[in-house]
Amino acid sequence: MITFIGRSVIQKIVTLFFVSVVSFAIIHIAPGEPSQVDPLNPKFTPEMVQRFRRAFHLDRPLHEQYAFFYRDLLTGRTVSWKDHQPVLSKIWERFLNSLPLFVVGTLIAWTVSFPVGVRSAIFRGGIYDRSATFLSYVLISIPGFFFAYLLIIFTVNRFQVPVIGMQTFGMADAPWLFRLNDRLWHLLLPSILGATGGIAVLSRYVRSQMLEVESQDYVRTARAKGLPWEMVHYKHALRNALLPFVTMFGLILPGLVGGSVIIESIFSWPGLGRLAYEAILARDYPVILTINFIAAILVLAGTFVSDLLYVIVDPRIRL
Amino acid sequence: MSSEQTASRATLEAPLKPRRTRFEEFWRLFRRNRMALAGLAVFAAFFLVAVGGLALTSGSRPLFDPALIRLPEKLLPPLSAAHHRLLAPGELPVLGIYLFGTDDLGRDVFARMLQGAWVSLTVGFVAVGISVAVGIVVGGLAGFYGQRRINLENLLVTAVLLTGGGLLAAGRRPLGATVLTLGHAWLFWSISPWGLRRRRHLPAGLGLLRKNTLMVDTLIMRFVDIMLCFPSFFLILTVVALLPASIYTIMVVIGLTSWEGTARFVRAEFLSLREQDFVAAARALGVSNLRIIFRHMVPNAVAPVLVSATIGIASAILTEAGLSFLGFGVPPPHATWGNILSDGKRFIFDAPWLTFLPGAAILIVVLSFNLFGEGLRDILNPRVRERN
Repeated sequence: MITFIGRSVIQKIVTLFFVSVVSFAIIHIAPGEPSQVDPLNPKFTPEMVQRFRRAFHLDRPLHEQYAFFYRDLLTGRTVSWKDHQPVLSKIWERFLNSLPLFVVGTLIAWTVSFPVGVRSAIFRGGIYDRSATFLSYVLISIPGFFFAYLLIIFTVNRFQVPVIGMQTFGMADAPWLFRLNDRLWHLLLPSILGATGGIAVLSRYVRSQMLEVESQDYVRTARAKGLPWEMVHYKHALRNALLPFVTMFGLILPGLVGGSVIIESIFSWPGLGRLAYEAILARDYPVILTINFIAAILVLAGTFVSDLLYVIVDPRIRL
Repeated sequence: MSSEQTASRATLEAPLKPRRTRFEEFWRLFRRNRMALAGLAVFAAFFLVAVGGLALTSGSRPLFDPALIRLPEKLLPPLSAAHHRLLAPGELPVLGIYLFGTDDLGRDVFARMLQGAWVSLTVGFVAVGISVAVGIVVGGLAGFYGQRRINLENLLVTAVLLTGGGLLAAGRRPLGATVLTLGHAWLFWSISPWGLRRRRHLPAGLGLLRKNTLMVDTLIMRFVDIMLCFPSFFLILTVVALLPASIYTIMVVIGLTSWEGTARFVRAEFLSLREQDFVAAARALGVSNLRIIFRHMVPNAVAPVLVSATIGIASAILTEAGLSFLGFGVPPPHATWGNILSDGKRFIFDAPWLTFLPGAAILIVVLSFNLFGEGLRDILNPRVRERN
């Protein structure tokens, strides 16, 4: 166990190093430079450009720039090239905005997809199963932005509530109950949109796991000895079908920074995805690279956590 | 023994032709899956529309002109008739009506949708073609040659070549060129017959060069892990935003960022195939490795690749639409479904068709690909086959 942890931590650090090299290379070898973003601005004289390049080490060779950048990142001193704010605090602020979307979206996805998947598996081939299957394909196939506009039109026309942004402007003096209500309405649509893909994939996965377990011998035994069917399905089958999903808690970690760029821009939600989008537009390399680095850490940490959980949950796996 | 008996004996011993060919069997199973059949039908229709759309909307005097601006005719709902008095004769739409209405510049949305269909089709197919090609090569290398070990010399040569390339890219021309030349010289020396002969009796110090380090498989799969660490849409967005905007950039970038799944499938298939008897037989007959790979193994490994490619086309179309929606797609005068929707969203309450038509088109096409792909997966799955 200890050797497994040690080996995978070392392996992941090596992977992380290469990720940092590759992302740095991609961004710096691409044509163009951040000092050329705004060539028409009369204030951007050649001297300014020179000063800018010197201040951010852009006149140094690439490997030195790499060393400078990751030294700053690991000591937490990276600043954004756009406004000189520390990158980490900028990201943290946006992360706090994205967090409710992530939490509510994940909750919606998990609470909807489990009952749907289990019911589809139990009544396999029936009208419920077939329509749930078709609907999940529709949810996978629908472009997020199109679905967003459908939901916006529906909500605005039907319930007459504003949904764009994080809250309605000018609500600061309202009683807290109204403010809470307002916040919840604003949170609802982007969370549903964030959950759609998850619902579709997860419910299909629950269904296939459940079918897999239902065809096992011990389920047939349970049925043969005359147990009531809810006992067979929910106690014998479902509990064993749940095993792989425990490990998925690890795999949803990357979603924390993967906050959707498209959904956040439609809803003017000041989250991480939007920060990344703005940084890309402004060629703000430190912000792009830092977000990418954090995303890579979360992916690696996620697989690590899910491996560990597998070992803890499933006694058949030994290390 | 009568002649009749010998005849029946002969038919018994002769290898029996399968009752149905592989394709007939496939088609018999496929017809039962109504959703997949519908997917295939929509896919065929989409293909025809896209090819026809390219023919009808390109050229100097296209039948449907997607770029023709008719300012007096802006934001007309679908099926509304053109105002004959306001337009020059050359500007009239083909049937005298706008099938899908007009947008805020009075352009014919039907013509723009036709043009966009071709973009979606090519982006989907070219991107997936690239990703499948890369995936088969990388996965095949890992699966077939995975057990080979890389010695220190290979690593050193690669490092020298990479350093040279890096120096060139960083602007140190003379130094980089020298290092690259040296690296190539070393490479050619070590694979030339003279170098190979020399290598057998190397002095003790240089023997270290032949020390085995790690397996090809490990190297390749770690590389796949590294690629999987990047959030894919974010990576695509970054690269597309940094490079000059064009449809080819998008295809290549989507293709080069989505091959990991294919590579894993192909590797897994190759690992099991290379242990099978027919591969051993081919090897015993002295068939070359390349022929074994491409003639005997790839056709057997193609089923899961086909499934993931079909679903990959769907997700490539979605990605392209998302990029166009954010304004990073194909540059403006050219219409794509994503940017028709993106331009139309400002008029969502006055001209909802500008949002609904392209959105529904993307949904239907992507859905058909997904259903078709899932149908294929069910049919190609041997466990399902046996049951029917």
